[in-house]
Amino acid sequence: MTLLTTVFAAIICTAIWYKKEEARTLKVGTLCLMYWGASLMWLIDAIFEYAELGAESFVPAPLDMLNDFYLGLSVVALGLIIWLVILFVRDPKGVVKAALFKKNK
Amino acid sequence: MACFTVPAAEAVVTTIAGKIIKSKEKKEGLSGAVNTKPESEGSEKIRWATKIGWLNKMLWGGSALLAFEHVWHGEVVPFFPFLTAVKDGEAAEMLHEMATAGVCMALLVTAAWGMMVGVVSMFEKKSKKENKTATLAGGLA
Repeated sequence: MTLLTTVFAAIICTAIWYKKEEARTLKVGTLCLMYWGASLMWLIDAIFEYAELGAESFVPAPLDMLNDFYLGLSVVALGLIIWLVILFVRDPKGVVKAALFKKNK
Repeated sequence: MACFTVPAAEAVVTTIAGKIIKSKEKKEGLSGAVNTKPESEGSEKIRWATKIGWLNKMLWGGSALLAFEHVWHGEVVPFFPFLTAVKDGEAAEMLHEMATAGVCMALLVTAAWGMMVGVVSMFEKKSKKENKTATLAGGLA
């Protein structure tokens, strides 16, 4: 479920990055790469789990699935927070700089 | 257990490599050895520092998110020795997981990046060829 949640987040981000010029300016590409990297790593985890448990790995207990989904959402939120920090540090549109400069005036 | 540490270690190496390549490309650019036109121009090649940057982002981002998952499951703790497997005497099992799953993770991410770079190189070659043909056609006209 964590893998699925992250893959969907990666697909949505990539579609937004492809469609909108504004998204490319706002470094959505970094977010895409982060989610794709994590998805590939979880894919390996899933393959190893499948090798160990077989088809049983596809039928998790409802509570485990809910916990994994909750984890997936938290991971997506963490990714967004990391992206926001990068965005504010890089400040491609100069908004943060302008706001700070305005305050100092 | 600690599989994310292998891609994280690779990320450290690629980050250092990226910094070295960036400074090298900057120097070459200043000396006029390579074309320093902006990347947005069709025929311009994407710099290697940028390409390595994609790998860095995938490795660092993936490792960070996986580290969070390990914290979630109580496999990583904020106090020494940081890994519960070490504390519980399961270090051999942990090392085995790092050598199998961890190495596979690093290899898969690197392979995906390799494919990305390959596709980009193909596009660059195609665009260069098209530009050449356009120039030739223009000359003939």
